[in-house]
Amino acid sequence: MDLRFNDEETAFRDEVRSFFKKSLPENIRRKMVEGKKIGKEDIVNWQRILNKKGWAVSHWATEWGGTGWSPVKQYIFLDEMQQAPAPSPLQFGVYMVGPVIIAFGNEAQKKKFLPRIANIDDWWCQGFSEPGSGSDLASLKTTAKRVGNHYVVNGQKTWTTLAQYADWIFCLVRTNPESKKQEGISFLLIDMKTPGITVRPIQTIDGSREVNEVFFDDVKVPVENLVGEENKGWDYAKFLLGNERFGIARVGLSKERIRRLKELASIERVGDKPMIEDERFRTKIAAVEVELKALEMTQLRVVAAAKNGNGNKPDPASSILKIKGSEIQQTISELLFEVVGPYGLPYQPEQIEDDRVNESPIGPDYAAPLAPTFFNWRKISIYGGSNEIQKNIIAKAILGL
Amino acid sequence: MDFELSEEQRLLQESVGRLLTDRYGFEQRTAYMKEPGGFSRALWKQYADLGLLALPFAEEDGGIGGGSVDIMIVMEAMGRALVLEPYLATVVLAGGVLRHAGSKQQRASIVPKIADGSLILALAHSERQSRYDLADVATSAKKDGAGYVLDGAKGIVLHGDSADKFIVSARVAGKQRDRDGIALFLVDAKAKGVSIRGYPTIDGLHAAEVTLAGVKVGAEDVIGEPGKALPIIERVVDEAMAALSAEAVGAMTVMHEVTTDYLKTRKQFGVPIGHFQVLQHAAVDMLMAMEQARSMAMLAAMMAAEPNAVERHKSIAAAKVQIGRSGRFVGKTATQLHGGIGMTMEYKVGHYFKRAMAIDVLFGDADHHLAMLAKMGGLLAA
Repeated sequence: MDLRFNDEETAFRDEVRSFFKKSLPENIRRKMVEGKKIGKEDIVNWQRILNKKGWAVSHWATEWGGTGWSPVKQYIFLDEMQQAPAPSPLQFGVYMVGPVIIAFGNEAQKKKFLPRIANIDDWWCQGFSEPGSGSDLASLKTTAKRVGNHYVVNGQKTWTTLAQYADWIFCLVRTNPESKKQEGISFLLIDMKTPGITVRPIQTIDGSREVNEVFFDDVKVPVENLVGEENKGWDYAKFLLGNERFGIARVGLSKERIRRLKELASIERVGDKPMIEDERFRTKIAAVEVELKALEMTQLRVVAAAKNGNGNKPDPASSILKIKGSEIQQTISELLFEVVGPYGLPYQPEQIEDDRVNESPIGPDYAAPLAPTFFNWRKISIYGGSNEIQKNIIAKAILGL
Repeated sequence: MDFELSEEQRLLQESVGRLLTDRYGFEQRTAYMKEPGGFSRALWKQYADLGLLALPFAEEDGGIGGGSVDIMIVMEAMGRALVLEPYLATVVLAGGVLRHAGSKQQRASIVPKIADGSLILALAHSERQSRYDLADVATSAKKDGAGYVLDGAKGIVLHGDSADKFIVSARVAGKQRDRDGIALFLVDAKAKGVSIRGYPTIDGLHAAEVTLAGVKVGAEDVIGEPGKALPIIERVVDEAMAALSAEAVGAMTVMHEVTTDYLKTRKQFGVPIGHFQVLQHAAVDMLMAMEQARSMAMLAAMMAAEPNAVERHKSIAAAKVQIGRSGRFVGKTATQLHGGIGMTMEYKVGHYFKRAMAIDVLFGDADHHLAMLAKMGGLLAA
């Protein structure tokens, strides 16, 4: 048992760290630190820098542009990227549909889509949830009827993140309404320019417009856009949702946010001293640091198990990453809201949306994004299977209840 | 970066596990509690035969040269079995002082006797008023010829009622809470002026209040440099906290297993109660608390030998916070999910709960270490 990275891993960490330091555009880094909105151009710009370096799809099979890094190196890469702090490559392409196409798609689909995903030539979004199918995802009702060489898709998806930018959407659709609910689902790739698709934004409590409703009205999708076999889509969806083990806890991001919290807490004052010296407040910070350290160690246990080839059996440690990771991120966002006191209140969306605003901010110049981020981050324990659903899964799969 | 045990460590884990599985059933444990000192001398001998009592000592002193991960393995197994014997007191605490500060002669005369099980030691450091402040020592040591005379009172001396010898801290200089001025002494339990009032603790183990009235010690019984003992005590207490963290993980593991089994077998409303989501989620919360604690116990073990004392202490203090919080939560939830049966002395869960609570309180509870950690600026540099 040894916590330390070996020489090769340490050298790799230094290499990755200096690359991020050198190559991450300063305006993106600054927006990340300040918690301001990262726009489409920022993500595209950054992912292309990564792709040029050969690191945009580091975890993919090498024949499709992956790096062949060990699990430890993959972990170091993500940890350093989150601490930089750099935006993630676009999740929906790089971490979701890409690996599904690699695992279950045909050669033509791989050649057509994978290089464009890596270089973010296509912006992907995810069509899973529906108004009547949230936690009970398999009850989804959007239908795809086979007519000649096409599927005709009708229905509605919701909570579709950044669909306003999307070129493509990967969807779970019902192809067999007769069979058991999990068995009649297929995994379909749909061009967002196809006639019959309407995107309508949903504004969330923080004021942002990240998520959307997507409506399908007799949308014709060529059969060659079916991934894998018809009616096997639920298996591919489970693969997709179970795929992300190393990044989901977002330990690196939380480390970076705690540093930011300490920085702001040493500027903000309570009485005659900085917040960071206030016993009550600094104890709250220390409490979340302990939780985070424990999660980091838990994460490393999962990584080490993968390294030793024990990664296939369900590890009790891996199941807690999402729940604990989300709780910790939310706690930190709450402390970041708390640190500015009443100056969390002025609602200044323009200060978050655009970093080139002319008007000076109300209150401290770091305050505007903090309250909206706190409210926005409540989503973390809801998306990707709510924490309650995660607990149901753990109770069944690990505890056998 | 590796969390695997070595082949030797796996063998150690197997052999300790096998011994304790055979010899530490719930009823056997109840019988050991009734023996003098509240533990089994026969098992103590078995630990000696297995090499457990020699484990952390250097080979040249008659030990095995094991490290903190080996101690973690033993303590976790002991936590699973809810062991009563004075392993922490003799091997980790008093043994730790000897390892880090004992002279060659002191080690040569004492370590072999610890290793063969013939000598039980206790660390008599904390006092009625000191709470968790390791520097708070009122017991005095006055120079007397080549030796010293000790006066004062020590409290919650773990297994003090069974100890053949004590390692006593006393002040040779400075004020009551000064970092400088503390010294360590080897004191025979039968020495003139030593009185011992032993008692059982809430978790079924034993401790003692030890009074020292004009106790004379010779120059050969001074451990380390007089006045400079606090860093030694801090280091040994860090090692003890790492060991307790592993013990707590063992105890939590059993509480979680027993509770999960109970949820599968206990029927109410015509179904196993584990069918109810509210209880499933409570069991998952226990699992998460336990796994977070396990991760931190591993961190504590790996950091116990860290040369940078501040980094070592911060990591181990953080582990103690997690262990304390997780242990309380797992214990309370295990008791709650069992309902009435969990409240009974004849059922094992309550005994594990009591040990988990005791571990939180020993050497500083979660709130204490959290406050100290916060004062030191936390874990991450701003």
